Amino acid sequence: MNHQIIMAGFGGQGVMLIGTLLTYAGMREGKHVSWLPSYGPEMRGGTANCAVCISDAPIASPVVTEPTAVIAMNLPSYEKFSKILVAGGSLIINSSLVSVENIRGDIKAYRIPANDEAETLGSQRVANMVCLGGLLGVEDIVEIETVIAVLPEVIQERYHHLLDLNARALRRGYEMVREMK
Amino acid sequence: MKPVYLRPKSLTHTVTHYCPGCTHGISHRLVAEVIDELGIQGKTIGVASVGCSVFAYNYFDTDFQQAAHGRAPAVATGIKRVHPDKIVFTYQGDGDLASIGAAEIVHAAARRENITVIFINNAIYGMTGGQMAPTTLEGQVTTTSPFGREHGVQGYPLRMSELLAAVDGAYYIARCSLHNPVQVARAKKSIKQAFQNQMEGRGFSMVELLSTCPTNWRMTPQKALEWVEKHMIPVYPLGEFKRGEGE
Amino acid sequence: MSQPILMKGNEAIAEAAIRAGCRFFFGYPITPQNEIPEYMSKKLPEVGGVFVQAESEVASINMVYGAAGAGARVMTSSSSPGISLMMEGLSYIAGAELPCVIVNISRGGPGLGGIQPSQADYFQATKGGGHGDYKVIVYGPCSVQEACDLMVKAFDVADKYRNPVMILGDGMIGQMMEPVVFRGGQGEGSLPEKPWATTGNEGRKSNLITSIHLDPEVLDAHNWKLCQKYKAIEENEVMYEVYREDDAEWFLVAYGTVARICISVMDKMRKEGFKVGLIRPITLWPFPKAAFEQVADRAKGFLCVEMSTGQMVEDVKLAVEGRAPVYFYGRTGGAVPLPRAIEKRMRDVIEGREPVVTDYLEGRGGGVK
Ligand SMILES: Cc1ncc(C[n+]2csc(CCOP(=O)(O)OP(=O)(O)O)c2C)c(N)n1
Ligand code: SF4
Repeated sequence: MNHQIIMAGFGGQGVMLIGTLLTYAGMREGKHVSWLPSYGPEMRGGTANCAVCISDAPIASPVVTEPTAVIAMNLPSYEKFSKILVAGGSLIINSSLVSVENIRGDIKAYRIPANDEAETLGSQRVANMVCLGGLLGVEDIVEIETVIAVLPEVIQERYHHLLDLNARALRRGYEMVREMK
Repeated sequence: MKPVYLRPKSLTHTVTHYCPGCTHGISHRLVAEVIDELGIQGKTIGVASVGCSVFAYNYFDTDFQQAAHGRAPAVATGIKRVHPDKIVFTYQGDGDLASIGAAEIVHAAARRENITVIFINNAIYGMTGGQMAPTTLEGQVTTTSPFGREHGVQGYPLRMSELLAAVDGAYYIARCSLHNPVQVARAKKSIKQAFQNQMEGRGFSMVELLSTCPTNWRMTPQKALEWVEKHMIPVYPLGEFKRGEGE
Repeated sequence: MSQPILMKGNEAIAEAAIRAGCRFFFGYPITPQNEIPEYMSKKLPEVGGVFVQAESEVASINMVYGAAGAGARVMTSSSSPGISLMMEGLSYIAGAELPCVIVNISRGGPGLGGIQPSQADYFQATKGGGHGDYKVIVYGPCSVQEACDLMVKAFDVADKYRNPVMILGDGMIGQMMEPVVFRGGQGEGSLPEKPWATTGNEGRKSNLITSIHLDPEVLDAHNWKLCQKYKAIEENEVMYEVYREDDAEWFLVAYGTVARICISVMDKMRKEGFKVGLIRPITLWPFPKAAFEQVADRAKGFLCVEMSTGQMVEDVKLAVEGRAPVYFYGRTGGAVPLPRAIEKRMRDVIEGREPVVTDYLEGRGGGVK
C-alpha cells in the first residue's frame, strides 16, 4: 500500500486541514506518513494544496509528482492535478464549484456536490470534510472511524462545538461515493 | 465614446500577482501614470526590491534590475552613476527599506544620489507571510510578535520619512496615503514631484506610501483601508517633511 | 517511548532546540524557514527565553556572536540568501571559537533563486563560506525525526568543541509534517560550564572574546590549534549510514531528503536483482570517508545523487580515491530527482552505458528522460 494524495482548492476551503487529518489518522493506524504543503508566493494566487503520503513502507519522498488520488475542490485545482493523476487513480471533484465535461476515461472520477451537501448539513465550511469522506469511500487508505476519532486532536479547540458536524460531513461524503460505486 | 480611463503606457498587460485589495497595484499605476505624463518611459530604469513587489518588473514596461534584499538604493546608485542622464527609481517595501536596507537608504540620501525612491509602508512583511516589520505599530499582532508589538520588547515603529528628512543630502521627502481617492490623487502629485526633482538634478527624493496588506492583516480590503486611516496615520502623519530649495 | 506527534519540520526543529536548552534566538524572516522564528517568538518567552527579530541576517549572526560569547545556548536560522549574509559573522565566530547552532533550510540559488528545496549550499556549508581557515560541523538530516535528534546533538557538540554547528536541511525538511518523538535534550539544568565567557570579571581575571591576532606567529599558532581541533572532530564526530553493506556492489550516495528517494530506488532495484547499496553521509563535514573505506574492496561504482549540479560528488571522489568510478545525477532549483530517473541512471551505470570519466553535465536532470 502506497497512497500519494494531492488535495487542492482555494485558500480557505480547508484543504490543508483535511490533509493534516488524513495524515494524523494514518499515523494513528501505525502507517508511515508525510504531509507537504505548497508554500510561499505560490499561495498568493489564491490556491493551496498539500501532498499526503500514507504507506506501509517508509516514505521515500514527500513530494508527490504522480498522485494515486486527487481531491479537487475548485477548477484551477482540477485543471492542474487531474492531468498528473496516475491511470486508474481516483479523482474526487467538488461538483458544486467545478462543472467539467470530458474527464479522463482512464481514472475513477467521482463528482460530489460538496458545498451543497455541506450546506444541507449545516455549513458550507465542511465541504472539505465531505470531499475527504468521499475519498475514504473509494480508496482503502485509513478507516473513516480513525479519521473521526482523531478529529478532536486536529481541529482547534475553539471549533470543537463543530466536531459532530465535521463527522457527519465525513460520513455523508463516504456514503455518497459508496452509492455511486 | 470618449474613454475616461486608459491603462498607462508604462504598465504591461500582465495581470499582477498581488492579493485582492492590496494597494501595491495602485502605487504601480500612479508611478506608471507619472512616467507617461513626464514622457520618460524610454529613459527610466527601475530597481525592484525583495518583497511582494519583487516581480514589479513584470508590470512596468521599462528597463529594470532586480536587487538583493535591502540593497536597491546601492544598485540604483550604480545605475545612476553610469547613466546620469537616465531616470532611476527604486520601489521598496518597509522590510526592505527600513530593516535590512536601513544603511543603504540612509547613505544614498547622504550621498545626495539623484534618484527617486517609492517606499511602500504596510507595517508588515507581506511576502514572507506576515512577520513584524520595523514599521509595525505598537500592539499590532504579527506572526513574530504574537502577543502584539510591545515597545519594551520589540521597540517602537521606525519613522523613515522623519529620519531621512534629517539627512542633509535628501532633497524631497513626503509621506502620502492610499486609503481614499483624495489621498491617492495627492500621492500622485508627490510621486510626480519626486520624479521631476530627479529630472532637474536636485538629488534624493523619496515618497512614502501608507499601504495595505489585507492578507496578512487578516482584514477585508475595505477594513484595511479604514485601518490605515484610523491607526497608521496617527503614527505616520502625512505631509512633506522636506522640500529643498533650488540649488 | 512516548507517542509520536505530527509536526512540521521547522516547528519540530524549534521545539527540539528549546528542549536542548536553547534560550536565545536571533533571526530574520525568510521562506521556507519562517515557522522556526515564529515558533520561537511564541514559545521562548514561555520558558524564560528571548526571541529577537533582527534587522537583517548580518545583525542576527552578530547577535549570536554576542550571546554565545556571553555564555548562552544560542541559535539562528535562515535560508540560503540569508545564510550568505551570515558568512562574515560565522568566520568571526569560528575564529573566536564560540559555540552556536545555525539552521539552513536551504532553497534554490544562486541569487534570489527560488524557494523550493535545494542542496546547492553544500560547498558554502562544508568548505568555509566565509574567509579564513575554519570549519563548521555540518549535519544533513533526512527526516523530521533525524532533524530533531541532530538539533539536540548539535548544541552539545558545539559546546564540546567551542565551534559553530550547522544543520543543513532543505525546504522539504522544513515544510513537511512527519511523526516525531522528542528524545534527549537536557533542558537548562545540566549545561556545561563556560569559564571563558564574558559574564563580568568579578572574582577572576578578565575574559576576552576576539578573533584578531596581528602577530603572524600568534595567528599561525591559533590556526594550527584550530586545525588540531578539527582533526579531533574528524576522528570523533563522523556520522553516516551504509545500507546493504553485506552484498552491494553498486552504491548510491546521497544525503538529506534525496537519500530517502535513493533508498526507495535501492529497494526496487534489489528486487530486480541488482546488487545496489547506499551510503548516506549524516555529517557533511567531517565527511564520512570511512564509509567508502568500508566498501572499497567490493564497490564497482558509485552514483552520487544531489539537488545541485554536483557538489558533494567532489568529496565522494576524494574519498573513493580513484578505486572505482564515481558518477553523478542531479536536479536543481527545486526540481526533485525522480525515483525512475535515478533508477535509469543507475542501470546505465551498472550496464556500462556510461563513460568511466564522469561528466557532471551529462548527469544533469535534463539529460535523463
Ligand atoms: C537576505 C534575505 N533575507 C530575507 C529574505 C526574505 N524576504 C523576502 S521578502 C522579505 C520582506 C518583505 O517585506 P517588505 O519589504 O515589507 O515588502 P512587502 O512584501 O510587505 O511588500 C523578506 C524578509 C530575502 N529574500 N533575502
Ligand atoms: S501579501 Fe500583502 S503586500 Fe503582499 S500582495 Fe498580498 S496584500 Fe499585498
